[in-house]
Order: sequence, then C-alpha cells, then structure tokens
Amino acid sequence: MTPTLLFALAILFLPLLSFVFQIFVGNRIGRAAHWFSLAALGITLSLALSFLANIFITPGYALLDVNTVWFSSGSFTVELGIYIDNIAAVMLVVVSLISFLVHIYSTEYMRGDPRYTRYFGYLGLFTFSMNGIVLANSLLMMYVFWELVGPSSYLLIGFWFEKQTAASAGMKAFLTNRVGDIGMFIGILLLFMQLGTFNIQAIAEQVEFGAFDGTGILLTVAGIMVFMGAIGKSAQFPLHIWLPDAMEGPTPVSALIHAATMVAAGVYMTVRIFAFLTPAALEFVAVIGGITALMAAIIAITQVDIKRVLAYSTVSQLGYMVMALGVGAFQAGFFHLTTHAMFKACLFLASGSVIHSMHHALHKIDDHSTDPQDMRNMGGLRKKMPITYISMVVASLSISGIPFFTGFLSKDAILAGTLAYYNLHHGWTIFLPISGFGAAIITAFYMFRLIFMTFHGESARQDIHEHLHETPGAMTTPLIILSVLSLAFVFTIPSTVNPFNSRGWFTTAIQTGENFAGLDMEVVGEALHHAHEPAMMISLTVAALGILAALLFYLFRVVNVEKLTKRINKLGLYNLSFHKFYIDEIYDAILYRPFFWYTRVVAKFDWELYDQKFIDWWGWVTLKLSDWSGYSDYNWLDQKVVDGFGKATRYFGKELRLSQSGVIQNYILGGVIGILSIFILFQAF
Amino acid sequence: MDNLQSYLIISTILFSLGLFGVMTRRNGVAVLMGIELILNAASLNFVAFNRFGGMRELDGQVFGIFIIVLAAAEAAVALAIIINLFKNHETVNIDSADQMKG
Amino acid sequence: MAEVAFIIVAAITLASAFFVVFSPKLMYSGVALFFTLFGVAGLYVFLYADFLAATQIMVYVGGIMVLILFGIMLTNKIASTDLRQTNRGRFMAGLGAFILFLFMAYIALTAQWHTGSPQLLDATVAKLGLLILYQYLLPFEVASILLLAALIGAALLSRKK
Repeated sequence: MTPTLLFALAILFLPLLSFVFQIFVGNRIGRAAHWFSLAALGITLSLALSFLANIFITPGYALLDVNTVWFSSGSFTVELGIYIDNIAAVMLVVVSLISFLVHIYSTEYMRGDPRYTRYFGYLGLFTFSMNGIVLANSLLMMYVFWELVGPSSYLLIGFWFEKQTAASAGMKAFLTNRVGDIGMFIGILLLFMQLGTFNIQAIAEQVEFGAFDGTGILLTVAGIMVFMGAIGKSAQFPLHIWLPDAMEGPTPVSALIHAATMVAAGVYMTVRIFAFLTPAALEFVAVIGGITALMAAIIAITQVDIKRVLAYSTVSQLGYMVMALGVGAFQAGFFHLTTHAMFKACLFLASGSVIHSMHHALHKIDDHSTDPQDMRNMGGLRKKMPITYISMVVASLSISGIPFFTGFLSKDAILAGTLAYYNLHHGWTIFLPISGFGAAIITAFYMFRLIFMTFHGESARQDIHEHLHETPGAMTTPLIILSVLSLAFVFTIPSTVNPFNSRGWFTTAIQTGENFAGLDMEVVGEALHHAHEPAMMISLTVAALGILAALLFYLFRVVNVEKLTKRINKLGLYNLSFHKFYIDEIYDAILYRPFFWYTRVVAKFDWELYDQKFIDWWGWVTLKLSDWSGYSDYNWLDQKVVDGFGKATRYFGKELRLSQSGVIQNYILGGVIGILSIFILFQAF
Repeated sequence: MDNLQSYLIISTILFSLGLFGVMTRRNGVAVLMGIELILNAASLNFVAFNRFGGMRELDGQVFGIFIIVLAAAEAAVALAIIINLFKNHETVNIDSADQMKG
Repeated sequence: MAEVAFIIVAAITLASAFFVVFSPKLMYSGVALFFTLFGVAGLYVFLYADFLAATQIMVYVGGIMVLILFGIMLTNKIASTDLRQTNRGRFMAGLGAFILFLFMAYIALTAQWHTGSPQLLDATVAKLGLLILYQYLLPFEVASILLLAALIGAALLSRKK
C-alpha cells in the first residue's frame, strides 16, 4: 500500500468514519461530538490539498490508478478501483473544502437541534458518497456511490421530517433521481454489453480504437442514457423539480448539496464520460443545458423565498455547466463547476446566516407565523449584518459574471463556447448563445434583486429588524473564506493578474479534454479562441444590463415593479415564471393524475372483480370443500379409523389383562419361554 | 469323569430342577428351596470353570463364596417375608400375595 | 476309584434335587435339600475347592438349611401338609424347563470351551484370603454391608408389631 493509496482511502473513508462515530457514539457525547467530524473532515481536506499540490509536481499523469477485483464469476469480473487525475484532485478539494466549511458553519446553525450529532453523521455519509463518486475509476463503482448519494440526500433534505413538506421533499428528491438513475444504469449496461468493462479509462480507450465503428448510434444512445443520471442528479430539465423542494432541508445542507456534492456529481460524471460522448449525444447535452439554464433563470426572477431564488439559480448555473460540456467547452464547464461551488456555497451559507438571524429575531418577538425565508419580510439588513452582506455581494458579483471575480472567468468561457458552437454549426444552434446570454442577464438581475430586497432599502418589518444581529464567528468565517475564494486572482495567480484572462494554475491543470467519439477538439478550441473576444463583450454588457435593471427596479424604485408585473402578466408571463412554468402542475396532470386514476381503476377492478368475485368464489369453494372434508373427517377418519384404534386397543387390553395374573411363577415361565425363543432364534439363524 | 462337561451337565440339571420348582411350587418356602438349587448350580459352574478354564488364580471360588453370602442374606430376608405373609394371610401360598398392599 | 465316588456323589445330589422339587410333602423336600447341598459340597471337593466345600457345609447346611426348616415348621400347620403343593401350569413349566435343559446341555456338550490343564491345588485358603483382601476388597466390603442390611431387614420384618 503506497502512501498515495493510503491517502486516497483515507479521503474516502474518514467521512464514513465520522458517520459511524456520530451514529453510534455521538449521541452519548452530545454537542462536543462535532469535534470528531471536524477533525475527520479537516484531515480529509488536507489530504485532498496534498493531492492538488501533487498536480504541480507531476503534471499530466494520473496520480493514482489502482484496481482490485471486487468479485468474479467465471469470465465475468467486476473490479473496483481508484483513479485520481487532475480533475479528480480538484474535485476532491472542492468537495472536502465545502464539506469542511459546512461542518464548521453547522456547529452554529444547528445548535440546539435534538438530532445534532446525527446531522453531522449524515453530513459525513454524504461526503463519503460524493468522494466515492470522485474517486471511482469505473462506471459501476461510480453508480454505487451515485446511489449512495440518493439516500444521503434523502436523509438530509428530510432531516426535519416532523415537517410534512420536508419529509415529502426528501422523498421527491429521491424518487426523481431514481428516474435518471434507471437511465444511467441502462447506459452503463449498454456500454458493458458492448465493451465488457466498466472502467472509464478502458471504455474511452476502446472507443478511441474504434469499438463502436459502424454502430455510432448505439454509443450515442448509451451516452445519452448515462447522461440521464446527470439529468437527475444535476437537476436538469425535465427532472429539475426536486431541487427547489430540497430547500426544505437545513440551509447548510442546501449549500452542500447545491455547491459541491449532489448536483456537482452529475456534472462531474459528464466530465468523466466526456471522452466517449458522440457529437450527437453532446448536442443533446447542450440543448438540455440550454433549456435548463434559461428556464430556471426565468423562474428565479419572481421567487420571493430567498432560498428558492438561490435554488433556481443553482439549476440555471448547472444548466450552464452542462451546456458548456455539450458544446465542447470541457475546460470551461469544469471550471464553472469549481467556481460555482465556491460562490454558490457562499450564497447559500450567507442566506442561511440571514435566515438564522431572522429566525432568532422572530423567536424573540414570539412570531411563529411569519416566514423567515420570505424576502418581502426583510430589507435593510446591510447595517445589521455587514459580513454576511459583503460576502453575499461578492458572491453575487461572481455569479453575475463581473470581472475580478471567478464567475466571470468560467462563465465567460462557457458563453464563448456557445458562441463558438453557433459559429461552427449555425442554424438552430443560435438558441444556445441566446439561452446563455439570456440567462446571464437574468442571473445578474435576480441576484441583485435578491441583494436589494434583502439588504437595502427600508426594513419591511421594523419589529423584526430591531432584533436582527450578525451571526457568530462559526458562521461568518466560512463566508469570508468562500468569498475570498470567489475572487478571480485565486485561480489565476501567479500566472497573471489580468482580470480578463483566465489563464492560471487551473487552466494548466485542467486541459481542454479529449474526445474519442468524433468531436474534433482542435476545431472546437480554434472556434473558442475566435469567439472569446465578442463573447466577453456581450457578457459584460448583459451583466451590466441585468444589474442596472435590478438597480432601477429594486434600489432606486424608478420603475414601479407591481405595475410592470401586472402589465407583463396580461400575457400570463409573470404567473408562468412564478409557478415555475407549471412543470410540477404538468407532471401532476400528465403523470401523477393519470397514474392515480389508473391505480383507482386497478384498485376498483381488484376489489370489485378480483376480490369480491374471484376471491370470494374461491372462498365459497373452500368453504364447501372444508365442509365436505370436515364431514368425512368426522364420520370416516374420526369415527371409524381413530375410534377403531381405540376400540381395538381396549379389546386387546381386555383380553391381555388375563395374562397379568399376579402369579410370579407365571411370569417366570414367560421369561423362560422368552429365553427359549431367543435360543431358538439364534440357533435358526 | 474329571472334566468340565460332566460338572456342567450336573449344574444344568440342578438349574432346570430349581427353575421347575420355582415355577410350580405354591409354598413360599419351597420356592425358596428352588432358588437355592439355582444358586448352587451357578456356584458349581463358577468353581468348575475356575478349575478347567485354564486360570491361574481362584477368582471362580471367590465368586462361589460371594454366592453363598448372597444366598444366606437372601434366605434370611425371604424367610422373614414368608413369616410376615403367614402372619397376615394365615398361609404361605405365594399366589395369595397378589394384593400389592397390606 | 475317584470316578466311582464322583458318580455316587453326583447321583446323590441330583436324586435329592429331584426329590426337593417333586416331593409333595414340604418337610421331605427340606430334608432332601439337605442332601443336595451336601452333594454340592462333595462336588466342590472333587473340584479341589476345599475351603468352598467347608463354607458350603457350614453356611448352607448349618445356617440356611436350619433357617428353612424353621420356616417350614413355623408356617406349616400339621393339618395342611396334604394341601396341594403345586399350582396350575405344571405341564407348561415342566416343558419349558425341560427344553431349556436340553438347550443348555447341548451347549455345554458341544461348545468349544476355552480350557486349560486342570488346576492341581492343595491349600486354597491362603490364596483365597489374599484374593478377597486385595483384589476383591470392595465387593467383600459391599457383601458385608449387604449382610448387615439383610440382618436389619429380616429383624425389622419379623418383629412383632
């Protein structure tokens, strides 16, 4: 066991150890038990950082590639293995960093919760599952951990299961993910059937050497099927519906799910399988991403719940990443995953900070009916919570794509990618840049709408406002760290300090990616290079436009928002956005209702025909049979056979009683006759 | 005649006679005499085998002594029982002692 | 000479044994048993078991025999001597005993007994004493306890209530 492997296994299993500890021991220790989890995650983080540092020592090589046979049956062998390259190393740092910060944050946020230690256990389990996905070298192992993410998220989203909404949100997340997972499983099996291996590197290699020549359509189907898993996990249209509901979980959990672990898993998986996605499959990926990015952004405009805005923002940003991968901007997609993890975690934790504070204030004035997450009850929090405010502004600037912040670098690259894709293919692909830039302008708008509604202007409820205060250090420290990580120089220093240039250690570590399924990465790279300049111009313009609109609408109140809303709503557009494009309702109408109708029909059939007629008929038959059987049992078996034995016994007893004369000598005679019989028998045989 | 078989025949006859006596006699004392015959037959067998069975020690004779001891004890107890029986039933016919009580 | 003596002793033993079993009068049976036991003691002498022969005469003839005669005299009323002395099933018992005898005689005569040269002994008392007090010490002690128990039991049974 090399130290590298040991470190990798430690990264994988330390969070699991934390889980086991918290579940079995934590409750007896109480609050202090979180030190164990913090220590475990701290070690995990430092080990992950050591892997990241290794990237620069031995660039371009897989840091670790080990395989071990899990089980084998005849010629069928399933292997488990760990594969760490630059992408995995970066991802490990992202996961363990966010998880670590969420752990720190939670010590304060979850203070006093009756299931405090269990919560930390679940966080550990979640981190374990995610690290498993990151480390997996085969699709099967990835799938195993992929499924493990499901229950972990179920446990965390439904953590406050006393609340009906939280319980059903957990269920919804789990079940919605199942839909995608089925597709992913079919895809994995398709690949296995064709290539006989689950190993991602091996699959890519075989595709490179023409394993699918002539059956490209099969590879496309397999790729899309596997990608379906990502549609579920990364909340892409049409399976994005679980994510906003997942806001029912504790806010640090939302940060963990939406920044680093669950939703990132889908994108990470797509990054991993990128090498053997055919252009057709990638087109599908891009379209899904484009739809998701734009649609979620539109929905986010009208939401009033602070966490829901962020939730749809997450969906939208994930759409960006997926779209980036779809158009071949591999590097940009993964870059955005990383930067997004930082600023989205920051946003969520900041919103958690606001909610925490609101909650305490409401608790103080004994108001239990007001929603602490509703932005309409906030306003003017800037002075009360300066650290939260500043970190949230930094993160918002980042997500809006403003220079000097990380979001600009990654988003700009994605937008360039969409533009390049259009330049290459023309035609309908104009949708992709439109979606990209459209989502960008909307993102800037709704993020600053959130900022202005929450932190600026007059306080909506003066009574609440008086009791608000900045949250403790355990919550603000992660905010500060994450907002610093949202600054562009973190990813570019020391190569360049030019805020418009994304070249830095990250772009060195993560190369442009390879594709063996027919996409010429050189052409894509060329197109990207050409699209870079105009994309940057447009993206800067749209970001500025978005922020400007938000300023006018919500800070300076130049435009009467309500009047505008009414005017727009004449076409039903506002309601369309507010009700999330009615997708839940559509599912309700086309899936749930028919399904329930069908179940009712089946139930009716079952009860009235099957149960009442068929089963009862059988009951009647059984009754008759048992009547007959009972009659025959009593009259024949009981009365004749059983009683016959009794009678026979009594008869023989009566006869044999005579032999028991009580005269000992007769008994002796019997004994003698017995001995003689034995003698005779022995003589005879 | 100084051989094993002759003694065995004698003891067999004694045994059979004793058995017959035990089985046919009604009087308890007569039954006891039959038992004495059987015991003597057994004892005679032990001693005969001790002499002709190629043994170096006298284990058979020891068994004979034990049988005599046993017979003495048995006779004492049996006679005590018979006297008791006579006291209770005015008879020593053992087939009258089939009450299992009193 | 010895053979003649042996035959005479054996004949006395068996004949008196017949008398013991078949005599209708109990007192005659008792006297016949006296001779049978003497005969067996004589056979012991022929088997060089001198100590055993002496014991037979002393214990059986001197003790048990007297005990039996006492038993006969105590329990038998003079008037009842001609009572039927045998029970039913006489024929079956005789047949059973006879067939058993035939079998045992057959076995005694035909079996391949493990035999060696007959022991020629003079004084057996010392050897018997050693045997009893070394090898058979435990049965010896048990036998003494048995005798004690029989003594107490007999006394208990026959005492007046």
